[in-house]
Amino acid sequence: MPENRVLLKKCEAIDPGDVDSYVKAGGFKALKKARDRMSPVEVIEALKASGLRGRGGAGFPCGAKWELARNSREKEKFLICNADEGEVGAFKDRYVLQNDPFSVIEGMAIAAYAVGAQEAYIYLRAEYHFLLEGLKRAVEQVKAKGLLKSLDIKITEGAGAYVCGEESALMNSIEGRRGEARCRPPYPPTRGLFEKPTIINNVETLINVPHIIAKGPEWYAKLGTEKSKGTKLFSVSGDVRQPGVYEMELGCKLGDLLTLARAENVKLVQVGGASGRIVPHSMLDTRLSFETILGSGAITVFNESRDVIDIVSRTMGFFNKESCGKCTPCREGAEVMVEIFGRLVKGDGVHEDLEILEDLSHVMMDASMCGLGQTAPIPVLDTLKYFRSEYENRIDQSAFLRRLKVISA
Amino acid sequence: MAKKKEHSKAGGAREALLSMIKEEQLNSGYVADKAMAEIARTLGLPVSDVYGVATFYSFLSTTPTGKHVIRVCESVPCCLRDAEMIIAQIRGELGIAPGETTSDGRFSLELTNCIGACDQAPAMLVDDEVHGGLTPENIVEILRSYD
Repeated sequence: MPENRVLLKKCEAIDPGDVDSYVKAGGFKALKKARDRMSPVEVIEALKASGLRGRGGAGFPCGAKWELARNSREKEKFLICNADEGEVGAFKDRYVLQNDPFSVIEGMAIAAYAVGAQEAYIYLRAEYHFLLEGLKRAVEQVKAKGLLKSLDIKITEGAGAYVCGEESALMNSIEGRRGEARCRPPYPPTRGLFEKPTIINNVETLINVPHIIAKGPEWYAKLGTEKSKGTKLFSVSGDVRQPGVYEMELGCKLGDLLTLARAENVKLVQVGGASGRIVPHSMLDTRLSFETILGSGAITVFNESRDVIDIVSRTMGFFNKESCGKCTPCREGAEVMVEIFGRLVKGDGVHEDLEILEDLSHVMMDASMCGLGQTAPIPVLDTLKYFRSEYENRIDQSAFLRRLKVISA
Repeated sequence: MAKKKEHSKAGGAREALLSMIKEEQLNSGYVADKAMAEIARTLGLPVSDVYGVATFYSFLSTTPTGKHVIRVCESVPCCLRDAEMIIAQIRGELGIAPGETTSDGRFSLELTNCIGACDQAPAMLVDDEVHGGLTPENIVEILRSYD
């Protein structure tokens, strides 16, 4: 299956520093159509009919989310564009913000109109500070054209924390707090930022919106699979010759994407970043969709020369550093995992470690407060499923080497 | 010291906390105890609260940093492209380990998680600038371009 560039088209066609080039390319037609010819409820109905699901990784139906906030009686509502792309291996939002900030702003303006938000935030990760000026300029240009009406778009920067891509931690960060996850319910559409109804959408989710409004939900719903509509941006990196952002229709085969990026001697692929699923070489026919596997669309490719235990060990080190520390299963669980993987890597592992890893994984997934702790054990469980022999061989070899040492001593 | 910023109705003074700490970081290179106490006084918050926020985020520091902060990505996609070699090269070049600052105060070296430049791996940030496609050779040149 070849690429299907719907969302990326404008990235190549426009000058990100000039709003007029975006208008010339058909920009803001959708916003105008929504405001002039549709009621907010009709916009939400169109979103629901399109089947658009959140692109940040969780895949929550976008129209249903908006409806929750729309129906709230609170007068003050917030909209947040989640530009805290922290997932390991993800860089598609960076590409969009850099090359087509106007689509993001248009998507936000339509969303704000639909849910009735007067204030909006773009939460930009600190690592993307170099995008701030361009983004500010884009917002100002759109504002100067009178296209935002009374909508106020603020850009808030993070300060270095993976967990702030998680919606409740993100809101705490905007409120000037530690970026720790919140207990839910209540969910943000009922009580979010400053305790007001809040819609949080990923950058990529928002740039889908103008296309849905302009071309109609029927057109959009023709793309993709039954439960995964539209196209998806994939950030492909690792052992490939052409890393980059690719746009494919949902339901595409992982193998086709790898061919485009020119991957060679693939051993395994991590789909969805550090917290993503592991796909062994034998399963490259897997289709990418919410029904199967997808996540944020970060695709990291590993070739035959890579060591599974090393990959997972580094990944758990990442989670251990980035856990916000608020809930025990995640904070302590990640720490213990790092300790066990340290043993495995060093050659001090024992077979019982594998059972502990499995037990601990389930506890973390069941009992953690937010997506970080709930998904952190996925690479552990998946590699234990597909590459268990590598773990066992490593432990057996380690035991053998230990015995040799005893004999020679 | 940063002045109190405008904040939304719903937010109250609290909303300005993170941006005030960040401004202090930018101006002084770190967030000193004294600065934290002053921010706490300005916003009417306990000092512990300010300290809690200042120590949560990886781009904030409560101890002095060098004029330029190097953050080398140590996440998996960069590791696949020999980020460790790059880290070793920078350590050798500057004579400091991650977490340290050169004696002339020019550079601090830190390791960081994914900076979203995996298509240019191995990559690093020097202050706000992204440098991708790093090699042991071009590292030397890049570091020289910072005074």
